[in-house]
Amino acid sequence: MSWFSRPATDTQITHGRRLWLYALAAVIMILLVIPTLIVVPMSFSDSQYLEFPPSNWSLRWYEEYLGSRKWMRATMTSVQVGVLTMLVATPLGTMAAYALFVSRHRLTRAIFLLLITPMIVPVILIAIGTFYAYGRMGMNNTIAGLVLAHAALALPLVIIVVTAGLRSYDLNQEQVARSLGATRSKAFFLITLPQIRFSVITAALLSFLTSFDEVIVAIFVSGGANATLTKHMFAALRDYIDPTIAAISTIMVILSSVLLLLTQFLGAKGTRD
Amino acid sequence: MASAANETELRRQHRREQLSILSLVIPALVVVGLIILIPLSWLFYLSFLGDDGGFSLENYLKMTQYKSYYRIFITTFQVSILTTMICIALGYPLAFFLAQLPPRWAGVFMLAVLLPFWTSLLVRTYAWLVLLQRKGIINEFAMDMGFWEKPLKLVHNMTGTLIGMAHIMLPFLILPLYNAMRKIDRDMMHAAANLGANPVRAFWAVYFPLSLPGMVAGSLIVFVLCLGFYVTPAVLGGGRVIMVSNQITAILENQFDWGAASALGVVLLVATVLCLFLAARFFKLDAALFGRD
Repeated sequence: MSWFSRPATDTQITHGRRLWLYALAAVIMILLVIPTLIVVPMSFSDSQYLEFPPSNWSLRWYEEYLGSRKWMRATMTSVQVGVLTMLVATPLGTMAAYALFVSRHRLTRAIFLLLITPMIVPVILIAIGTFYAYGRMGMNNTIAGLVLAHAALALPLVIIVVTAGLRSYDLNQEQVARSLGATRSKAFFLITLPQIRFSVITAALLSFLTSFDEVIVAIFVSGGANATLTKHMFAALRDYIDPTIAAISTIMVILSSVLLLLTQFLGAKGTRD
Repeated sequence: MASAANETELRRQHRREQLSILSLVIPALVVVGLIILIPLSWLFYLSFLGDDGGFSLENYLKMTQYKSYYRIFITTFQVSILTTMICIALGYPLAFFLAQLPPRWAGVFMLAVLLPFWTSLLVRTYAWLVLLQRKGIINEFAMDMGFWEKPLKLVHNMTGTLIGMAHIMLPFLILPLYNAMRKIDRDMMHAAANLGANPVRAFWAVYFPLSLPGMVAGSLIVFVLCLGFYVTPAVLGGGRVIMVSNQITAILENQFDWGAASALGVVLLVATVLCLFLAARFFKLDAALFGRD
């Protein structure tokens, strides 16, 4: 019996009669992945124009990027803001997720809804709102201002990821530790945190990426010496197409792929333990 | 009596402990308050501020008077609906395909959905700009194959915007839909087959209705997120596709009119919240989104 005539599902439909589905799924997956990966070969092109496949290969756009003060400075800002956002959002979000998970207070649901508003409110409103408020407080174009705004955007993600981690963990273990004399915080750090560490690390990576990739808030509240990579990229995309962006995009794609594989790996480990 | 006193004391202690745990949310609340609540209240206030500094509805009345506003609302709605429909058309078969695979293989193929999900929106918008341009890969390929003779205008217009937005939104539909499909009891299909339904009938009578809540939840997320889109229409629309967010920015850049921009923002927010509220009333949106119930 060949693979084609073998049943594929419980309804006994054969793989052969399902070929159209496999073909369609393949096309859709290609459509999803190609635009993400196409920037890689393009970044090694020698041409001023965006041709594909490139007729000549070179590293000139990487040289351009690495040699440009503007792009280097913006990269430093983005990395700095991303790391700081991660350092702010991860502990704050983890604390909140833990409290909301453990507490039986009647306000927990309302607080949860309040804390995920940054995910619900259209980003343009957060952008112009903080721009206006920061204008009054002299916080526009500062690293601290941008970090605070990005931390707010990252908080819902951290809370959701850590809550999912807490769900698959047996809270009774913490009770045991406490009945043996550990304080609540000691029980948390010694018993709970090590067991939800993969969720917390995933949340941290996500909050870094949220900040690093964020465009709209950065367009409004970052600027001058503290403009982010995405702000410069957006300006470049709207006005003219600079192939340097292909090189920068490639680096960003590699960064997100590495982080994605890392979280998949952590996720697999998290479920096995 | 002693035990009653003890009990109240215990209850008080319990309450104190609950509050002390709950106080852990305070730092997060402060951040959300500073970035969301205070600025939003400010915008809300500005939107009702007239030229003379008193309360006025003129910023909202403007929207009903000018045709340009009307066009922007229509465009925003149109783009969001069409993007959602494209996402359903492409997302449903893929989610179905993934949900039928053994979990290990599904995890591998799922990377095709997660990779774009994790890649910067700006990078993907840029990639589409390159793919869709006049002398881009898609035009060249289609002309080589004889699909069309002259390069089609695929970007800096509605077509480009829809392609780019559908690509960005697709994972938001597939992920909740896939989760819903995975939860469908396989015995159901088995039973349908046993009772004599052919595979097509079994799909439409059993599988599809059971997958509907996941599909509706995913579509709603896509629709609501589309309403607030800014970057993709700005870059791929080439100034021809003006959605609410783009108009808000334009008002601030050109006229510096905070009242008008805020009023438009308030309308966008109300529309978003209304959609979610309706969704939450009819479906267990939390459950579909976060696995909460």
